[in-house]
Amino acid sequence: MTPDLSVKLGALTLPNPLIAASGCFGYGLEYEQVVDLSSLGGIVSKGLFMKERQGHPPPRIVETPAGMINAIGLQGIGVHRFVNEKLPLLRRAGARTFVNVCGTTLDEYVEVCKVLSDAEGVAAIELNISCPNIKEGGIQFGCSLDGTYHVVSAVKKATHLPVIPKLTPNVTDVASFARAAEDAGADAISLVNTFLAMAIDVETRRPRITNVLGGLSGPAIRPIAVRMVWECYQLVKIPIIGMGGITDARDAIEFMLAGAAAVQIGTQNFVDPFIWSKVIDGMQDYMKRHNVARISELVGTFDPAPPRAVHA
Amino acid sequence: MPVDIEATVIANERLSSDYSVLSLRAPEVGRRTQPGQFIMVKPVGVTDPLLRRPFSVFEVLRDATGNIAGISLLNKRAGRSTRKLYELEPGDVVSCLGPLGVPFKPVQAPVEAWMVAGGVGLAPFATLAETLSALGTPATLFYGARTAGELFYLEFFERRGITLALTTEDGGRPSGRPCVKGLVTVPLEAALQSAGPAGAMVYACGPEPMLEAVAGLAARYHQPSQVSVERVMGCGLGGCYSCVVPVKHGDEHANLVRSCISGPVFDGAELVWPSTSSGQGTP
Repeated sequence: MTPDLSVKLGALTLPNPLIAASGCFGYGLEYEQVVDLSSLGGIVSKGLFMKERQGHPPPRIVETPAGMINAIGLQGIGVHRFVNEKLPLLRRAGARTFVNVCGTTLDEYVEVCKVLSDAEGVAAIELNISCPNIKEGGIQFGCSLDGTYHVVSAVKKATHLPVIPKLTPNVTDVASFARAAEDAGADAISLVNTFLAMAIDVETRRPRITNVLGGLSGPAIRPIAVRMVWECYQLVKIPIIGMGGITDARDAIEFMLAGAAAVQIGTQNFVDPFIWSKVIDGMQDYMKRHNVARISELVGTFDPAPPRAVHA
Repeated sequence: MPVDIEATVIANERLSSDYSVLSLRAPEVGRRTQPGQFIMVKPVGVTDPLLRRPFSVFEVLRDATGNIAGISLLNKRAGRSTRKLYELEPGDVVSCLGPLGVPFKPVQAPVEAWMVAGGVGLAPFATLAETLSALGTPATLFYGARTAGELFYLEFFERRGITLALTTEDGGRPSGRPCVKGLVTVPLEAALQSAGPAGAMVYACGPEPMLEAVAGLAARYHQPSQVSVERVMGCGLGGCYSCVVPVKHGDEHANLVRSCISGPVFDGAELVWPSTSSGQGTP
């Protein structure tokens, strides 16, 4: 029997738990030539404001051990062009499209969400309250419990779409932010965004990226992200979309055991744009070996008892 | 449509202590490659460095019967990734994603093709030279390097009927060939001053200051140019937005566009250069 990979995120049902992470997949259409978008659980668009944004001057990324730091600065086409130019094509491609929504003010979040509510083909809103790379807006909401509560509440009032705040790891207690989001009516949460980081060129004593600070992603952050998902899972009941340095099926399953109902893959998609079917194959293999009929059975089944050796 | 294959290293010919030509068994990539396109590569199983690196396809390799057998890369040892690639041996395996990006648009006679290469910027011109040669387009390679020992593959171009205009910064001369001391823009400007009525298409690849100078010269002498830029690139497919360059169409303000999918080859007249862009854009 083929293992059942489908997962539920509140009212949403996805054919599998793999979602392409925001900022790592363009608007999705860029990847149509290498992957059938309908074969993914979902895709998350690049972050969108009301208006177009140019982002930061390059260089915008630098590699670090088992990871990368980026400060793209949310270059984007704005929500109207997205709805007019991208959404119809994504719909035709059969993509389940999550739209990452940004704002410099609470009103802008609300306005962008209203535009998306009137559009056809949006599966959910991922509320970006965690981008570490822009000064104005975003993370100021995500770094305050009140800010998180208010922006989620306001957006929930403005749209019928599922609202999924994306949490920043750059706080002392991420679970309390998960709780604030849940209290405000969030349908799910996704975590983690990138870790605030910097790298210095020691020869020139200059920053390696123009913005100086950027967000660290990739395998380097995975153990911290797994810990944070586990902390949130213990505190909230809404579904968690886990992410941070997933490179293969084992990594994805680790997040699900820690409590993630679905997972996102970001940086590794840069390394291997054909990763998706490989992770699906690996998950099915794992499920057969562990006699798991439905992948959703795994969620949160991490056992914190003392480690033990595997007897194959 | 790009493919991703695990390509076996056929050979890694060290041209100098810094340069090598890495030949890869990648017929699927070779068959699809057009001049100026690139691939994203990294040794298989390596997580540090994590990301692939963009390389122009240097040669499309053929076997004894003329079938496309693979591709080669012109690699210059500069950082960790290129050092690893320089050290690869036959039998090693490299992840090879491509071909990617917008290729050069070849021109035909009576228009001449003038290729301008600086250092490792020679890379995209081997395949372009083959195409131009097949089209019968009169072509010149303006090729500059620091020393004569870093002027590579001269016979390759001569065999394909390409005229060479060589320069070295130290004034050294490769045996038996004329060579001018200075930058590659010196013979290029001389040629531009005496361009025939049909004109020339200027193709350029090399260090940023050279590209700016070449695009500027082409514009000053009213010749079109196609410039291949190199940027820090995360994915090669348009996903990460790290490789942007400022591009200006007509009187519009400049937009940052992804050099992986809108380039790496751009109309030289549309690129906005650091000295004219008030810091917006290039490093």
